[in-house]
Amino acid sequence: MSDDGHPALQVRGLVKAFGPKVAVGGVDLTVPAGSFYGLVGPNGAGKTTTLSMATGLLRPDHGQVLVHGRDLWAEPLAVKATLGVLPDGVRLFDRLTGRQLITYAGLLQGLDRSVVAQRVEDLLGALGLVEDAATLVVDYSAGMTKKAALACALVHAPRLVVLDEPFESVDPVSAANIRQILAGYVASGGTVVVSSHVMDLVERMCDHVAVIAAGRVLAAGTVEEVRAGQSLEDRFVALVGGRATGEELAWLRTSSD
Amino acid sequence: MVAHLVRLKLTLLANGLRRSVWQAIGLVVVGLYALGAVAAVLLGLVGLGFADVALRHDVLVVGGSVLVLGWWLVPLVAFGADATLDPVRFVTFAVPRRDMVLGLTLAALVGVPGVFTVLVALGSGVAWWSAPAAVPVALLGALLGVLVCVLGSRALSTAMATVVGRRRFREVAIALGIVPVFLLGPILQVLGAGITSLVDVLPTVAGVLAWTPAGAPWALAGDVAAGRWAIAVLRLLVVLTAVAALAAWWGRSLDAVVDRPGQTAPAGPRRRGLGLFDRFPASPVGAVAARCATYWLRDPRYAISVVLVPLTPVLLWFVAGGQANSLMLVLGPVTGYLLGWTISADVAYDSTAFWAHVAAPVRGLDDRWGRVVAVSVLAVPLVVALTVLSALLTDRWDLLALLLAVSFGVLAVAAGVASVVSARVVYPVAAPGENPFSSKPGGGMAAFVSQGAGSLVVGGLTLPFVGLTVGAVVTGSTAMAVGAAVVAVVVGAGVLVGGVRWGGRVMDARAPELLQTLVAMR
Repeated sequence: MSDDGHPALQVRGLVKAFGPKVAVGGVDLTVPAGSFYGLVGPNGAGKTTTLSMATGLLRPDHGQVLVHGRDLWAEPLAVKATLGVLPDGVRLFDRLTGRQLITYAGLLQGLDRSVVAQRVEDLLGALGLVEDAATLVVDYSAGMTKKAALACALVHAPRLVVLDEPFESVDPVSAANIRQILAGYVASGGTVVVSSHVMDLVERMCDHVAVIAAGRVLAAGTVEEVRAGQSLEDRFVALVGGRATGEELAWLRTSSD
Repeated sequence: MVAHLVRLKLTLLANGLRRSVWQAIGLVVVGLYALGAVAAVLLGLVGLGFADVALRHDVLVVGGSVLVLGWWLVPLVAFGADATLDPVRFVTFAVPRRDMVLGLTLAALVGVPGVFTVLVALGSGVAWWSAPAAVPVALLGALLGVLVCVLGSRALSTAMATVVGRRRFREVAIALGIVPVFLLGPILQVLGAGITSLVDVLPTVAGVLAWTPAGAPWALAGDVAAGRWAIAVLRLLVVLTAVAALAAWWGRSLDAVVDRPGQTAPAGPRRRGLGLFDRFPASPVGAVAARCATYWLRDPRYAISVVLVPLTPVLLWFVAGGQANSLMLVLGPVTGYLLGWTISADVAYDSTAFWAHVAAPVRGLDDRWGRVVAVSVLAVPLVVALTVLSALLTDRWDLLALLLAVSFGVLAVAAGVASVVSARVVYPVAAPGENPFSSKPGGGMAAFVSQGAGSLVVGGLTLPFVGLTVGAVVTGSTAMAVGAAVVAVVVGAGVLVGGVRWGGRVMDARAPELLQTLVAMR
């Protein structure tokens, strides 16, 4: 899949301001084809904004997004067909059943009915949603909703999937299933970009990582390069700063009364 | 603690205003409107002061009871209208029940309806300007009445929370709750016709209400003015007992909510297969149409329009003075307009779920056509049925063909213009799952401008053939009728195709901006 020689995703000088607040101040990222790429950063770092711009959901003020060498914002329709997206903090068409929702995503991509039907059943099985396929998504738990949204991102077999917080409120068994699905997808040549708060997860799962804070990339590369001998969490805190010493809450120690 | 809760409500209000200028403007408009209403009520009360004591007593009791019942019943239907201080949110804090009841009661009065109620209730003292001894009693009654309003409202909605919390219940209640609202005009007309008999029964009604918790607070002053001290004391006892009982009931319900937090609604019925997705062609247009048509049936915000349409003839019948005259002929075109124009808020109704269209390689044109097809599936049979009904009721079968052409012309024009409007403007509407009546403050202006301007355009575009039709009906000219039908079909088709294409181009260019507006509105 990576035979065209281009990175799966290349982001150049991405800038987005909401009014006076600069959410993303010049982000450059290169996601090699076939990599499992983690995007980590504190709350409000601009992860969601960056990923929204990289997937065509939010128009950047400046900058360029290349997906396998093609400019997303110049030819959106052609590029979006190769892209699977799971955004965070948005609704789904939750008056549909799980099966209908994934079917809808497949048909919007212009797939045949028979192809969609087959893939929907496969995805429901792989994500453990068969039992609830006939229930409205509005009645799903948060974790099940995430899984349904993930199925929507995968149904058209994209070359690149971009997942914003895919493991949030997902139970450990489902999370392990999802990791396995994504790992298999990467092994077969696909590229995955995930954002997450959970350093351990990123360290175990991803081969590349970028640390982003205050709308800028602080470090990027393979996980080995970025963590530089430390654990990813320690390295992250060192980069981002703001670690408390633990002395401030002396009164919290119950023995100190 | 009590002050805390009130301050929390004030802070929530202020922060809401800070988030959006439109919301602030909306609040000012609503506030001014409410002040106007207060002024009108006060004027009425001064006037009432000239009436004799018995009539004053009866009017105040009935009016006060309506106010109380409004507080009690509206939140049950208009759930979520104000859930900012939902008791469930205090589950993790150890707030004493007494403080909670008192604090939430006072906090409930912060806001336009609360202030309105307090002003109007205290204003009822004005009606007793000619009997100064009754004024302090009226004020005491007013305060107790306000307490009955708030305590009853909170107790009922907390106790009902488990039932009302079920999605299905809410949706059905809302869809049916619209019926009396919609038919308010005719109902008032019927009442108005019987107004003389109403005056006759007023003393009886007031007499009964005055012994209920809803009416008793407002009866105290009248009793004192009439010198019925013993009765006044008994009624005061009724009110005090009611206040104590409601407070206790609310406290108990609060405990129940706080003790068993986080109960989830039972899952809805299971649906086999793909439903409408199997009925529509497997293409982006078909998918959008299947999804929208599913929403027309499952989402109360759309279902309301479907419920309303069959009521239009009833409304027209009343407007025409209780008979089927030629006014009934507008039935088909009005239905066409109502249904066609519904899709003008389609993207706003999608809310942020619209991202699915932005993230997928969906052409704006396909998005637009899908929505038009979905509304047509419902609108075409309804327009045919109601147009035939109008011909039947007026016995003008000779006009049927013309009426059908005009109705479909109006439907097509409305849908075409709406296709452009909904691609260009989104404004805050009730979010999915919210009460369709909880219109967002601040949605007002953008909604007003786009709806108003859009309706004007629809009116202007339909004017030629509607005018010709009126001419044909009045003069009975066949040539004019044929002309009207031809113009209706040509203009309808032209505006529909043109509107969908234009809307599609707008959507292609601005879909991410539209999504961003939707995200910012949540």
